[in-house]
Amino acid sequence: MISALDRRQFLRGAALAGGGAALSAWLPAWAQTISPGMRPTLPTVSGEDITLTIARQSMTIDGRKFRAIGVNGTVPAPLIRLREGQRVRLNVINQLEEDSSIHWHGLILPANMDGVPGVSFPGIKPGSNYLYQFSVVQSGTYWYHSHSGLQEQEGHYGPIIIDPAGADPVAYDREHVIVLADHSALSPQAIFRRLKVNPGHFNFQRQTLAGLLSGKDQPLKDRLDWGQMRMDPADISDVTGSTYTYLVNGHGPMDNWTALFTPGERVRLRVINASAMTTFNVRIPGLPLSIVQADGQNVMPVTVDEFQIGVAETYDVVVSPGDDKAYTLVGEAIDRSGMARATLAPRAGMAGEVPPLRKRPLADMKDMGMDMSSMPGMEGMDMSGGAMRGVDPTAEKNASARLATGAAAAVATMDHSAMAGMDHSGMDHSAMSGVDHGSMAGMDHGAMGADGQMAGMDHGGHAMGSMKMRDFSNAPQVKRDPSVQTISPMPVDRTGEPGQGLADVGHKVLVYRDLMALDRNPDVRAPSRSIDIHLTGNMERFMWSFDGEKMSDHHEPIPFIEGERVRVNLINDTMMGHPIHIHGHFFELVTGHGDHAPRKHTVIVQPGGKVTWDFTADAVGDWAFHCHLLYHMHAGMMRVVSVRPKGDA
Amino acid sequence: MTRILTPLVSAIALLSAAPAFAQDHSMHGMPGMAPPGEVAPAQEKKKDKAAARPRAQTPAPDATSAMDHSQHQASPAPQGDAAGQPQPASPAMPEMPGMDHSQHGQTTMPGMPAMPGMQMTGTALPAGNAPPPPPPSDHFADRDFPGGEMARSRDIMMKDSGGNNFGQVLLNLFEYQAHSGRDGYRWDGEGFYGGDINRLWLKSEGEGEFGRGIDSAEVQVLYSRAIDPYFNLQGGIRQDFGRGPDRTYATIGVEGLAPGMFEVEGALFLSTKGDVLGRVEGYYDQRITQRLILQPRAEVNFAAQDIPENDIGSGLVNIELGARLRYEFSRQFAPYIGVSYLRKAGDTARLSRLAGEDVHATSFVAGVRFWF
Repeated sequence: MISALDRRQFLRGAALAGGGAALSAWLPAWAQTISPGMRPTLPTVSGEDITLTIARQSMTIDGRKFRAIGVNGTVPAPLIRLREGQRVRLNVINQLEEDSSIHWHGLILPANMDGVPGVSFPGIKPGSNYLYQFSVVQSGTYWYHSHSGLQEQEGHYGPIIIDPAGADPVAYDREHVIVLADHSALSPQAIFRRLKVNPGHFNFQRQTLAGLLSGKDQPLKDRLDWGQMRMDPADISDVTGSTYTYLVNGHGPMDNWTALFTPGERVRLRVINASAMTTFNVRIPGLPLSIVQADGQNVMPVTVDEFQIGVAETYDVVVSPGDDKAYTLVGEAIDRSGMARATLAPRAGMAGEVPPLRKRPLADMKDMGMDMSSMPGMEGMDMSGGAMRGVDPTAEKNASARLATGAAAAVATMDHSAMAGMDHSGMDHSAMSGVDHGSMAGMDHGAMGADGQMAGMDHGGHAMGSMKMRDFSNAPQVKRDPSVQTISPMPVDRTGEPGQGLADVGHKVLVYRDLMALDRNPDVRAPSRSIDIHLTGNMERFMWSFDGEKMSDHHEPIPFIEGERVRVNLINDTMMGHPIHIHGHFFELVTGHGDHAPRKHTVIVQPGGKVTWDFTADAVGDWAFHCHLLYHMHAGMMRVVSVRPKGDA
Repeated sequence: MTRILTPLVSAIALLSAAPAFAQDHSMHGMPGMAPPGEVAPAQEKKKDKAAARPRAQTPAPDATSAMDHSQHQASPAPQGDAAGQPQPASPAMPEMPGMDHSQHGQTTMPGMPAMPGMQMTGTALPAGNAPPPPPPSDHFADRDFPGGEMARSRDIMMKDSGGNNFGQVLLNLFEYQAHSGRDGYRWDGEGFYGGDINRLWLKSEGEGEFGRGIDSAEVQVLYSRAIDPYFNLQGGIRQDFGRGPDRTYATIGVEGLAPGMFEVEGALFLSTKGDVLGRVEGYYDQRITQRLILQPRAEVNFAAQDIPENDIGSGLVNIELGARLRYEFSRQFAPYIGVSYLRKAGDTARLSRLAGEDVHATSFVAGVRFWF
């Protein structure tokens, strides 16, 4: 058990314990390499008067120095710990040479405190300050970040914890904050320009001839079909581990940020995805995860082995490590090009087994909003295509791939055969597709057939011809524009499916439908109307928009009347998942839970899928509404939502 | 089958809870299923109502309420039972707690404690069809902040959300050509600056032989406009240099990504003398590995008339075929080696023969593809 690696890690841990304080002065206490965890009494930034100073700085990740933007000298920014019901004044000083801002993500507050330059306030000019003040009306795990330019990518983000005024329904003995992020040596402006001028620039896990010849990924026919459609099924993430190091609390995977526990304790992990572009799949091999909160809102506990967390989402998880051993928290990038890694251990200097990065998924026809399985005889047609054949042998991962430890690495080399074996015995494939496709598709037909939306569907012939990739009659409100590459001909509600690439991981993965609010929803009225919003994009030009119109060419907000309850259907016409966030409001996901619908501020709309939510437009003002993938927003995937009292305009 | 069953079962459910219940049992054929506990009927009732609800407004709520339980069951782990399960799985769900327990183990069942929430309320309700309000005519923040400051920050925000300009300079060919006679060189590149739709575009290509200067070269200055997701329409001026008279042309063309992932461009050129030329070129990047890329490339030139002073005959002028194998040390810097074959055709070839020149040439090339 005590391998060379363990000893090395131990020595390194000991060295860090000695010099740690000096080395990591730029880290807040809760994010130091070895964290004993937080107690309510632990000094953090709290109270009624808080000063936050935004400035350029450097940060060290895995021994390398990076440029960064920090707050009060730290990346992530300091933990702000508040109590429900208190009043808070946050004086934010901008010491950058450009405008800055702080948006309090998920907090309910007046519009002029929301911190979006150009929407809620003018921003904070260099050398000046802005005094945010508001009453704290909620509890839970939230975060804050810049809403100016691309500063978020450079480290301008931090966690917020609001303790409930009354008893916390979540029982736990110790807590840790897990801020997941992505960091690059490239400036965010450079990343954006590369995305614009060179599609696939950061993807080093594309399909190749070497892969074709070794029988991996898609077979030839599928490749030709996809080439004909000018789509790349390996385009899972725009920005990948080829430039990113994935962080936990500002630490790289080699830094091995360690959270301490005593065996038998219930440990609450407050997981925040503060990255610019990375959807993470989070798991702790060997520990079931009890999800107790989503986006700061308590949910009925549900136990899973893994969950996907979109950019800007938060999940609170309770784990009960019983053994006196180290566990690895793995935050695997959705395209598996790298991982964020932390360790849960009873003592400093330990390292758990690190599982290898799994194979990157491939998009399928369903991800393009073409649910083939709904057509009799075509079940799973494209599902099996590349998914089970293994990944391209030349695919590259970032340095975190080298962390996979002895036993786990051995498994990794056997990955495919092991997987296949498991697939065949443990998991019945036809059963899987039956679940996904049979029931989902059937559902969709039942529901949609009735309201005539599927009129154009070719029920008899099930010919591909009726499923045009860019047929504006499928979405009349979408502007015919070069920014619209595809329109999902048959988008389906995918909230019952695990996220992209997680359908066949062999254990329980959280799906949105698992989430139920712990308390009854505050507003249980029926929506008075519903609206559709199409998420549109063009991966070849890296253009992203809503309804085919970029923020930069659209000046009219999406209007709501104060107090109005509205159903919003988000329809993803692209082959990428988008974490959609609305400011100033929570929404209730329409996932079959009546008045116990889970309340969220951000939701991933899976590729080619759709998500429906109800919300009460109760916060008067103008609010930002956007995809939280930073470069998608920067490319135009944003709108202003206006809420006005009736008769006011 | 699924599609047929769905409305059918829904219809049965509409009539009464009991038959649907019975039907579900039979369909699942779950042996030894205990009758549902007191919670289950409540859920069943809700389901029926959900099914009975008008479906006109939006499909999602129906779908979701009808679906969730089968999903709960589905998500934990693939179950043989779920194979080809038709839609009635949903109403049947309440009788399956035993199964779910085994799945979730110690966990609280997400669906089950839901009973209090399973009344026909909240998100289970259908949406109405009230008209949307008109968009407001003002910016709310202008009430709290000086209008000028807001206008300035709004302009920045708008520009930063899809309105920024950017540019690139790409030398696709930049190479040394070894062939019989004097060795030469060749370049073919382009650059642009602008936004998503409107851009200023520069193109240049040319070739020469060492010691003899430039044989032929051209520079194009174009306005480029995106006309669809993949193609740009481009128009402007082309100026030729090199041996022979330096001609100026008006040019119009398209450039973009064709089905099959071929980068293609085609253009027509009208010279100040009234001569018309045409060109079609295309290439394909075949990834052999993530960084080793073979680029087959073809260029075909046409002329509408003889242009003797430029040694051009009407019709097909020449064909250039090439294959270049590059290694991308980075996406932006990729040395390559390859072979290039040029064949003059038709009247142009005849003119060349008369002048005692070769009508075809094979070159071995080495160069670097780079962009910044």
